[in-house]
Amino acid sequence: MTTSEAPLSAPLDIGFDYTRSLGPTLSRFVTGLAGRRILGARSSDGRVHVPPPEYDPVTGAPLTELVEVAHTGTVTTWCRQPKPLAGQPLEHSFAWALVLLDGAATPMLHAVDAERVHTGMRVRARWAASSGNGIRDIACFGPIDDEPAVEPHDAEDVTMITTPVHLSYQHSASPEESRYLRGLAEGKLLGQRCPACEKVYLPPRGACPTDGVPTEEEVELPDHGIVTTFCIVNVPFLGQRIKPPYVAAYILLDGADIAFLHLVLGCAADEVRMGMRVEAAWKPRAAWGTTLENIDHFRPTGEPDAPYEAYARHL
Amino acid sequence: MSSDSPEVAIVSFAQAPNVRATHGTTNGVEMLVPIIREALAGAQLSKRDIGFWCSGSSDYLAGRAFSFIAAVDAIGAFPPINESHVEADAAWALYEAWVKIRTGEVDTALVYGFGKSSAGELRRVLAMQLDPYLVGPLWPDSVSVAGLQARLGIDGGLWSEHAMAEVAARSRAANPDAQVHERVTAEELLRRPYVADPLRAHDCAPITDGAAVVVLAAADRARELIARPAVITGIEHRVESSHLTARNLATSPSTVAAAKAAGADGITLAELHAPFTHQEILLRQALGLGDEVTVNPSGGALAGNPMFAAGLARIGEAATRVMAGAADRALAHATSGPALQQNLVCVLKGGD
Repeated sequence: MTTSEAPLSAPLDIGFDYTRSLGPTLSRFVTGLAGRRILGARSSDGRVHVPPPEYDPVTGAPLTELVEVAHTGTVTTWCRQPKPLAGQPLEHSFAWALVLLDGAATPMLHAVDAERVHTGMRVRARWAASSGNGIRDIACFGPIDDEPAVEPHDAEDVTMITTPVHLSYQHSASPEESRYLRGLAEGKLLGQRCPACEKVYLPPRGACPTDGVPTEEEVELPDHGIVTTFCIVNVPFLGQRIKPPYVAAYILLDGADIAFLHLVLGCAADEVRMGMRVEAAWKPRAAWGTTLENIDHFRPTGEPDAPYEAYARHL
Repeated sequence: MSSDSPEVAIVSFAQAPNVRATHGTTNGVEMLVPIIREALAGAQLSKRDIGFWCSGSSDYLAGRAFSFIAAVDAIGAFPPINESHVEADAAWALYEAWVKIRTGEVDTALVYGFGKSSAGELRRVLAMQLDPYLVGPLWPDSVSVAGLQARLGIDGGLWSEHAMAEVAARSRAANPDAQVHERVTAEELLRRPYVADPLRAHDCAPITDGAAVVVLAAADRARELIARPAVITGIEHRVESSHLTARNLATSPSTVAAAKAAGADGITLAELHAPFTHQEILLRQALGLGDEVTVNPSGGALAGNPMFAAGLARIGEAATRVMAGAADRALAHATSGPALQQNLVCVLKGGD
């Protein structure tokens, strides 16, 4: 390593709004919730489970007999959540609880909105303002005497729910990648050589995939090289930034042993070929950051193509 | 598998320092490179001697797809290797490696697990283990789910906050090299505030970045490698319903069943993978461990809990003591899933 700076890191927020088709049992449960009814499934031993399992916990048979249980129930255990996390039912201090609804044999997990909660406490469901959101149609439970009773009504079938999943991370680059990314911010392409196999990697690696040791000796590489292999992208996709057809190619910089993926522009897509010599087209310096996007694309230099033997072992 | 399938033994164990946060990447390479080398050296093997490689980790923890593929770089997988991965604690990867050796296909295996919990919000990430239809949308976090389980036992008279604090005090004092180490009494701990009533900070495992490696060999081969390998006399795992509230959370039928199948009689030392204090008590009750059994001399997960490696580390910690002659017959336990949903029991004996 040639730097003592801490590795680069940045927030990484990933998320997806999953749509989930419900199947016959859960669809009836969720449709019930939309109409302010809570349904459970009766298993082979006669016990009523809420929410309904799709299959009998004992025999594994599909559970089809759904029965209505009350909006009221008893707390069987609880845990205080003083600082709710993103996505949880309430934004102020609440208690998670297992609530045994009247008419059910096994409890359900939900939130109880009360400053003081105790095992044995009687609670009633508080309904959300909207419906069709599955378990979240129940906003939470509250003390039985504080929550108004709500009459069930008919609701349209709910066969699909949307369940957003959003998670936040602090993503870290390795020390070797950080060196490379900081180099890019200065317009330099910094690779490293593996001490065992002596291959030059760009980006450098925390572990050479062949030898399992970190790359060490720094090697500054030129911003020109050859196309080893490529494909012509004809298919539009979400997030595409260039109008097809265009060329995505593996670029092998002179002096490097590992090619990386980039764009080849500046000629017609059907003129790109293996062994073609290319050079980096850098963005204006003011737009540079710690990213390979500083190079907008590679373009042909017009020099004679490299012979196949020159890059055959890099394919 | 026939009865003449080879016995399998543990010959080496290494683990990365358990720390609150590393600068490393979520693919674990920086933690794994030195400990794979250390574990191989401990067994006097080179990477080319290893017949099978198996790892445990989680993309949800890493926040990236196929994070275990990048981790394979830490091996130096050339020429190509025989490799597999489980999206579970690496104790389950060890189970797969055990099966592989039992079949006779290979006679050595290296198992590793890694997790950089500090990258995300661990208790929220672990909500991804719950039923994604009707439970996950509420985002019940792992500490809260554990709190519900803890109070069930408190209300049921199975354990008390004081007994939980005693577990914490013993765990925190056990290992001066652990992430969490302090000499403190249960009474002092009980004066500290709740983080999620009924749980205080000392009831919850710390958030840990870490990794662990175990090397296995067929028992005959193992005796050539080291003087006293830790022979696996039984290893079994069982899982309970994914329907959290349909389970009896005050005990652990899957642990009971796994221990019965593995043959856990006569042990004098146990390493239990209990990320919460009440879960250690619950597991001791389920396993019927009396005062004659030394529990978690390593400090256990309560002193350092590298996700997806901590279960494997329990096996490694127990094996280390068997290999050193400190115990003749030891039990290691690993858990996975919400509130002890899935449990593995591995029984070891000194193989000299």
